[in-house]
Amino acid sequence: MSKKSFRQAINEALRQEMRRDPRVILMGEDVAGGRGGTSGVKDAWGGVLGVTKGLLTEFGEDRVLDTPISEASYIGAAAGAAATGLRPVAELMFVDFVGCCLDQIMNQAAKFRYMFGGKARTPLVIRAMYGAGFNAAAQHSQALYPLFTHIPGLKVVVPSSPYEAKGLLIEAIRDDDPVIFLENKVMYDDEEDVPDDPYTIPFGEANLTREGDDVTIVAFGRMVKFANEAADRLAKDGISCTVIDPRTTSPLDTGTILDCVTDTGRLVIVDESSPRCNLATDVAALVAEEAFDALKAPIRRVCPPHTPVPFATVLENLYVPSVEKIEAAVRAVASYRVKEEA
Amino acid sequence: MSGTIIPVTMPKFGLAMTEGKLASWSVKPGETVKAGQELADIETSKITNGYESPAEGILRRHVAEAGEMLPVGALIGVLADDAASDDDIDAFIKKFRDEFSSGEESEAGSAEPQRRVIEAGDLKLSVLESGVDHDGVPVLLIHGFGGDLTNWILNQPALAEKRKVIAFDLPGHGESTKEVGDGSPVTFAATIGKLIEALALNRVHVVGHSLGGAIALELAALKGDAVASLTLIDPAGLGQDINMAFIGGFIEADRRKTLEPVIGYLVHDKSLVTRAMVENIIRFKRLDGVVKGLKTIAQTCFHDGKQAFGLRPVLEAFRGPVQVLWGEDDEILSVSGADGLPESVTVIRYPGTGHMPQLEKASEVNKAVSAFLDKAEAK
Repeated sequence: MSKKSFRQAINEALRQEMRRDPRVILMGEDVAGGRGGTSGVKDAWGGVLGVTKGLLTEFGEDRVLDTPISEASYIGAAAGAAATGLRPVAELMFVDFVGCCLDQIMNQAAKFRYMFGGKARTPLVIRAMYGAGFNAAAQHSQALYPLFTHIPGLKVVVPSSPYEAKGLLIEAIRDDDPVIFLENKVMYDDEEDVPDDPYTIPFGEANLTREGDDVTIVAFGRMVKFANEAADRLAKDGISCTVIDPRTTSPLDTGTILDCVTDTGRLVIVDESSPRCNLATDVAALVAEEAFDALKAPIRRVCPPHTPVPFATVLENLYVPSVEKIEAAVRAVASYRVKEEA
Repeated sequence: MSGTIIPVTMPKFGLAMTEGKLASWSVKPGETVKAGQELADIETSKITNGYESPAEGILRRHVAEAGEMLPVGALIGVLADDAASDDDIDAFIKKFRDEFSSGEESEAGSAEPQRRVIEAGDLKLSVLESGVDHDGVPVLLIHGFGGDLTNWILNQPALAEKRKVIAFDLPGHGESTKEVGDGSPVTFAATIGKLIEALALNRVHVVGHSLGGAIALELAALKGDAVASLTLIDPAGLGQDINMAFIGGFIEADRRKTLEPVIGYLVHDKSLVTRAMVENIIRFKRLDGVVKGLKTIAQTCFHDGKQAFGLRPVLEAFRGPVQVLWGEDDEILSVSGADGLPESVTVIRYPGTGHMPQLEKASEVNKAVSAFLDKAEAK
């Protein structure tokens, strides 16, 4: 066991699965690492943010495929390779680029199992970076996990820490269905203890990162960190929170969410994606439908405004849900009282 | 002597402990305490443990509040007698805090024992050695089913004050290779024999807990000359019964909710089972090969809901000193296993204690083991 960054945890998961199973291959723009100019170095960078560094050197060009800048072609190729026996991990770089290959994901990979009568397997993983806070502007900063969650046939993973990332990525690679694995790009340098051995974390099993009696907070990806921080601050004022990290948005652990809301009667959902038809609306609908009687206060959602992600730093900081906004929302639901009828 | 102010600081229960949570105070400000009286409960990532007062005095302040997480060595309270004024105490707290925060860097750099990997035959074992390296016989700690070397977190530092102490993860456990072979105590004992050779040890005092107790006995049968003494804590191998709800539940339960009651079987005081303790076990079980290994061990050692190996003859044949320690309220291996042992065996039963006296009654167990080893060496 040692401290590893989010980046190292993902690299280690890829490396260990590639060692374990020769069918695991990597494909994508720059996954081979980028060439070091005229120096002859082949794996100079390890991808745009260094996540795949060293893998080309260990596994060679047959298993680490540097693709042309054509998402439609290599995501399609990866889906085909998965359907015919390999276990490709394709990297989309920024998830915003999915616009160029949505048919390959939505109409092909996601549908194979269903349309071939359950006889086809598509063990494909698509890794991509998401999220604002990197000054990467509107076309490179979106949190598009709701888009994938909407499509039946896809599994969608949004890890919240290095430990979670390693176990969930290994699970994704061993899964026989297409899995979208989304990495928040501002978390790559986050560190925590991560076991050296390979391990898996099952999909559809939420993790409670805090347990409390007053308010349930459901948060996704990087927002779990913010929710934990808000919960720790609120605990000092006597407001105790349960924080749920669903880990996967599809499948979604609805049972744990409903159990916790039944216990606390109050719900705040923190979602970094655009507020219309996102995970916060989905969880709010679930609870309103299934646990209405348990609610002691209206459900509150903490989401960005319905705008493109701004480039200006001050505006971008304002855009992303903050610890302060979560804290305010929790205080609001915790202090809410039903108005007495006159 | 008057006006002496004694800091009460976050204790370091184990080698790996870097921070702890003040779970609750047992003493209110203004109350007089004796040295050794329990001041507070401290929660670590492994267990909640009582913290005993370093000295006699009046607990003048709670510097830390219940629920606060603090680094080891941070000030949590102040002891003093009546002669110290409130101003003296305020000044003391301020000075301590200033020095503590500035001294943090050098603290972190101090030499701590580190795990290292030792090859024992085909297997890689994670080993944590501590203590003084002198001519005396070192102590080898063997944990039980599903445990790891951190089970000795409250014992290794205390025993290491006078001896070299070696804790390690059994195959299939902790950070060691996840290969258990047939999962029998004798197979584990053979691996430990190789570990002893790899560490170039001639003789060791062996302390075994639970299944580790049965392994210790098999080691004594296999390499009697290398075993200077045996301390068996709630050991397997001396009775027939085994709580299969624990064994089965430990293997099957994979969520906190279902695992927590299973872990509760380990201790008499169920409040000792912390979130972190359960989380650590879930994380251990997620590692590749772990559940398979545990199943193999359970199948071999606890077939048909009974203990498969009766090791009383081995104990009787062992020529060195033997001590048996047992929690009277052990819910996994009944304390009746301590009945009818040869007279030469020292038996201590701990009331109000479950399957892990080394955690629940750490200081008593440490004293008993130290005294027993001193006596064994004096002979």
